[in-house]
Order: sequence, then C-alpha cells, then structure tokens
Amino acid sequence: MIPELGNFALVLASVLALGGAGLGLYAPREPVLQSGVLSMVFGQWAFSFVAFTALIYAFVVDDFSVSYVANQSNSLLPWYYKVSAAWGGHEGSFLLWILIMGTWMLAFALRSDQYPDRFTTRVLGVLSLLNLGFICFALFTSNPFLRLIPLSPADGADLNPLLQDFGLIVHPPLLYAGYVGLAIPFAMAVAALLEGRVDATWARWCRTWANMAWALLTCGIALGSWWAYYELGWGGWWFWDPVENASFMPWLAATALVHSLSVTENRGTFKSWTLLLAITAFSFSLLGAFIVRSGVLTSVHSFAVDPERGMYILTFLALVVGGSLSLYAARAGQNTAKVGYEVLSREFFMLVNNVIMVVSLAVVLWGTLAPIGYEAITGGRISIGTPFFNAFFVPLGLMLLGALALVPVLNWKRTRAQVLASVYQALGVSVLLGGLIWFALDPASLLVAGAVGLSVWVVLTHARQLWFRLGKGSVPAAYIGMTLAHLGFAMGTAGISITATQSVESDVRMSPQSSIVLAGQQVTFTGVIDVLGPNYGAQQGIFIVTDGDRSYELRPEKRQYFAGGNTMTEAGISAGFLADTYISLGEPLEGGAWAVRAHYKPLVRWVWLGALLMAFGGILAVFDKRYARQRRRQEARQGEVTLS
Amino acid sequence: MNPKRKQRLYLMLFLLLVAGGITALLIQISGENMNMFYPPSDVVSGKAPVGENLRAGGMVQNGSVLRSESDLGVTFVLTDHKGADFTVRYTGILPDLFREGQGILVEGQLNQAGVFEATEVLAKHDENYMPPELMELQGEMPERKPGPMPGFPGTAQDSPRVTMGSAYDS
Repeated sequence: MIPELGNFALVLASVLALGGAGLGLYAPREPVLQSGVLSMVFGQWAFSFVAFTALIYAFVVDDFSVSYVANQSNSLLPWYYKVSAAWGGHEGSFLLWILIMGTWMLAFALRSDQYPDRFTTRVLGVLSLLNLGFICFALFTSNPFLRLIPLSPADGADLNPLLQDFGLIVHPPLLYAGYVGLAIPFAMAVAALLEGRVDATWARWCRTWANMAWALLTCGIALGSWWAYYELGWGGWWFWDPVENASFMPWLAATALVHSLSVTENRGTFKSWTLLLAITAFSFSLLGAFIVRSGVLTSVHSFAVDPERGMYILTFLALVVGGSLSLYAARAGQNTAKVGYEVLSREFFMLVNNVIMVVSLAVVLWGTLAPIGYEAITGGRISIGTPFFNAFFVPLGLMLLGALALVPVLNWKRTRAQVLASVYQALGVSVLLGGLIWFALDPASLLVAGAVGLSVWVVLTHARQLWFRLGKGSVPAAYIGMTLAHLGFAMGTAGISITATQSVESDVRMSPQSSIVLAGQQVTFTGVIDVLGPNYGAQQGIFIVTDGDRSYELRPEKRQYFAGGNTMTEAGISAGFLADTYISLGEPLEGGAWAVRAHYKPLVRWVWLGALLMAFGGILAVFDKRYARQRRRQEARQGEVTLS
Repeated sequence: MNPKRKQRLYLMLFLLLVAGGITALLIQISGENMNMFYPPSDVVSGKAPVGENLRAGGMVQNGSVLRSESDLGVTFVLTDHKGADFTVRYTGILPDLFREGQGILVEGQLNQAGVFEATEVLAKHDENYMPPELMELQGEMPERKPGPMPGFPGTAQDSPRVTMGSAYDS
C-alpha cells in the first residue's frame, strides 16, 4: 500500500511540475497566478518528499515484494544501510535526485522576495519543466515502486558490499545537490535570456546559487574520492574513471562560471560568456547523468544497461541543450558591453582561469568520449589511461598555480606594476623553499618541486594580502572566501603532487611473524583471525607498525558477504595529517602467508582537505554582507510600493 | 573591411588556431596513450603487436594458475574456450574476484615468446558484472545464464548495481 502511495505522490508531483512549467513560462503579471506557480513548486517538493519517504519505508520494513528493494537490500542489513540502500541503485538514486531538485526549487521559492516577481516566476517555470522531465524519466523508465507479485522473494539480493559504508550515506546526496544545484544558474540564465536583461544585478543574484552548488559539488567529489581510497582496497584516490570524469566536467564548468560571474557582477562584462557557462555547467550535469545511467560506458559505477533509459536521457539532453543554446544564439548578442581592461587586471586573470578550465573540460570530455566514438566507428575497443590525463593536467595545473599567485594584488581594470614587488619577494621565498624540497624529494622531480614551490607562492601572496587587508579594517566575507578557496587549491595541488610521486607502495608476500620496513617504519604481520560481522564473515590480519617510539596496530579485513557471496577488501589505515599508512590484504598463499599491500602515502589527506577548504570558501562567500544588503533593499522597495 | 570587422576576424582566426592546436594535441597524446584490446585469438594469431602496451582478455583456464613460492609472481592461462589461449605472467596482488573460469582483462606487453607480461590484472567487481570487452566473447560461447538466486526467482539477471571507483577491481 505504502509504495503505491509513493507512486501516486510521484504522479501528482509530475502534474504539478507540468502546471508550474506551463504557468511559469507563460509568466503572468497577475500576483494571484504568480503565487500559483509558487504553490505548485511547494507541492512538487512535498509530493517528492512523500514518494521518497515511501521508498525509505519500503526499505526499512523489508518489503521485498518491491522489485527495487529486493534487488538492493537484505533483511540482515543494519538499519542505516537499509535507509541508504534506497539510493544505492539506479531507480532510488534518481528519486533522490528528484527530491533534491524539489528542495532547490523550494529554497529558491522561499527566497523569491529578493527578486522581481516575474523573474522568479520564469525561473521556477524553467525549473518545473526540468523537474517534469526528471519525474517522467522516473515514472516511465525507472520506477522504484514496481512490485514483484506474486513472485516476491523471501529475502533480498543484498546491497553491493562496497556500498555498505558511511560513504554511501553522504556521497550521493552531496554530489546530487551539486549536480542539481547547477540547474538554478541554468534556469536563471534562461529566464534572463527570455527577459532580455542580463546585468550586474542578475549576476549578483546568480552568484549565491552558483557558489552554493559549486561548493556542494566540490564536497561531493572529494567525498567520493576519499571513499574510493579507503573502500576499494588498493590505495588510489582518483582513477580517471568515466564516471568520475562525469562529475569532474560539470565541476570544471562551474568553477569557470563562479569566476566569470564575479566579473559580470563587478564590471558588467563577460555577460554572454557567463550565460553560456551557466548553460554549459548544467548541460554537463545532464551529460554526467547520461554517462552513468545509460550504460553507454560500462564501468562499475554504471547502472544496468538499458537502451530505453539511455535514449530518454539523450533526447532530454538534446532538448535542454538545443533549446537553451538556440535561445542563447537568438538573444545573447544583445548583451555586448564595451569595457576595457589591461593584462595586469582581475578581468584578465579571470579570463586565464576560464581558458584553463575550458581546455581542461575539453581534455576530460575527449578522454571520456573518445573510446566510445572509436568503438562506434571502427568496432574496436580502446582504453585511454592516466598518462593521457597527466600529460595535460600537469602543465595546466602549474599554469593555474602561477596565475593564481598574482591574484590577491590585482585590481579591477588595471594594476600598477609596483604592487608586484611583494609578489616577487614571495616568489623568492618559494623558489628557495621549492629548492629545499627538491633535495628532500625521492625520487627527485623538478615538476613536483615546481608544483610545491608554486603552491607555497600562492599561499604566501594570499596570506600576505589578507593580513594586510585585515590590518586596514574589516574584510568582506567574499574576499575571505576567495582567499580560503585559493589556499585550498594550493593545498590540494601540493598534496596531489607529493602523494602521487612520493608514496612508497610495496606489494609483498608476508608469512606470520615476518616483518618488512615501510618508509622507515617496521611492519610486523602477526597472523590472521576470523571475525564475524552483522552480515559477513571476515579474515582479519593483525599488523603491528612501529615507528620509532610509537607503535600501533592495523587490522585490514577480507570480508565474505553472506547474501551476495561477494568478497571485499577493507583496508587498515592509520590516517595522519602528514602521511597515511595503508595496509590491505591481497589473497591467502600457502603456509599461512598472505599477499599484502603496504603503502605509505605522504600528504594524501591534503587532497581532500584542500577540496573541503575550497568548498568552505565558496560557502563563506555566499554569506557576504552585500547579498544580505541586497535583500533588505528589495524589501524596502516592495514596502514603498505597497505604501504608495 | 571596417576595422571592427577586421578585429573580429582576427579574433576568430586566433580562436580557431588555438582550438585547432588543442584538438591536434588531444589526438596526438591520446593516440600515444591508447591501449587497444585484443581477444585471445588475435594474441595467438600474431595480430597483437609484440612489445607495445595493449589490453587483452579472456577466461582464466581451470587449473592454470601457478603461484611462485617465494614472491608474488604468478602465471595463468587466458582462453576463449575455442582453442586460442596464451600465458600471462604477473607479479603482484590479484583482484578479489580473480577466479578460475572467470573473465578478466590484463594490461601490459606481449613478449617475443608469446607470453603476456602483465602490469595490471583487472577483474570484474561484482558477480553480475562482465567487462564489456569480454561480453562478445561470452556471447559466442555456450550461454551461461546467471541462474536465479536461492529464494529469489527471476530477478538476478537485471539487478542494477552501482559501485564506485575504477572500472575494475585491480
């Protein structure tokens, strides 16, 4: 009964989405009709929420007559994994996507007092139209409420063991919040094109949403990387897997958008470009959904291969991209503004950022789609691996760092060359430090020393300028946010370059009571014991790591899950700010010996901490006073209107 | 031509040049880092080049897995069950789902003796998952449908799965 209620709620949500789209895009002037669009948005959220709750309920009570529950869950699962199993597969994760879409729309509707009424109506109309597409996709191709009657199984097939983890609870919701959040700048861009009005005010409205979505996407990607690192059992944190690329592409576009919006807000230029980026960023979100959900790329991320789903998303993608780009082509030309700037200006450096982001985007897109194209044309299969991506991202990353170091001292329009003196001083310090690091590196690499040196340079110039501005009085939150995000980027790239090249990785055969030396630490394998988890049995290796006076135990596991029969490797990790020690069990060999993977990974945490710092900076910028002031001004203006 | 048009023309030419350059680089570098996939028949017939990075795949032949007694060296035979098979040599940890009879992929180089020196061994992540490269191979073999699970009729075939990370467990 409850699943049918969920299904019905989803149908109602689709009807309200249709209504909201029609009325919103018609953009009535009458306040009654405008508030009608608002109520339909509230309704879409409420019914999506009911549908999602119904699905969670089916999972919690083990209703295996629901096909999706039977495929994804098992009565032995702990309750929290039963809840998160709701978004462990294609159908349920898409329902979560719809709920998150509804939540963003609700958030926009709740803040609608900040924007002109017709603009709000149009934005919500565009969002409703998108939501209609999403809900229909769920209802017609991926309904999570389908029953298996009368052949209901006694127990479920179990959630894939890799997903029985804290990572599944937090990674998809955050990632989807980022993906779907990009729909708001998209809808604002379309609404602005429809109205034929794009100006600094529009950019100010759009910035808070773009920043928020970008920050959530950053968090989601970082969490996914961290999860892969500790859960896959072989110590990597980024694989250039097509599905990772699918999340990385909208991130690159959104990063460009966030910067371009800043120029549009402050200087009134880059307007057409900003609109194009807003459209691009969300289009890449949809492309990501297509890659993951159509089965066009078979990766472990992919859901079941289903041509019907693929066709649906491809058609939807074509309509959204085609429609918005046609509108763009017809209208964007009107928004040219002639504002000059010099090379030493913020505008120019934002342009540098944007060019690097767009080139990176092209690289990732090519690396992801070329194998598909190759197969479609020749029938042969190829794979494009890490060396391809490194060949581009190493120089692009270095260029980005170099440009970033100048940013704090730059002004809009033009900057006097004298202010660069402090930048050169910082450069001197970082060259010295980079040189010292070069000596410490093993294996020595000029590129790594260069990357670390440049990161230090970025940190020095940003910290110095922040210090200087703090000394002169209060500093806007947006400026602090920008500084933190840039420091996070420097931290992340330093971490990436060190951990990618300086890690010690040894895969060895270890018999009980034998030891190895791993980066100056003594690792002793005492043996393997059997342990029993809630829904699995495991062999647990006991390793004693001695590092000078400090000694600790690591217990990696090899788990056998009862329900699916899957084997899984659970690594033993000693996490540290400066380095991780990572041990995982390979396979048992003769005589009680095991194949053991023992890694020492310096600065690996910096990769994710850097990303989190970037996200934190992005969120901090949203709370800048000027956005709050904006709200008050709008309220005041509306007050005047009612008075007169 | 008026100066404004001229300026725009130069800008367009410049952009085209940059875009062309980047595209050329992309094609060049992806060509250098591309691994072709070869099924066992191509490896045996000599269609797969010697001494170049490539990918091959097949089913692990029953009883062919030999572990070294001193280190992590291992050899095994990959076959298409139709007469074509070749030996793979690898040093390192095999993936969790490496089993005899299972379809796997290997990445590395073929040496003069026709032995595949693997730098990476990739197996499927999950019981229901088959590397796409091997799907055709399996399609030509006697069909082995994934049977329904005990107490769980008729749904095992299309259970959707999501997992994470690399395409293969390695």
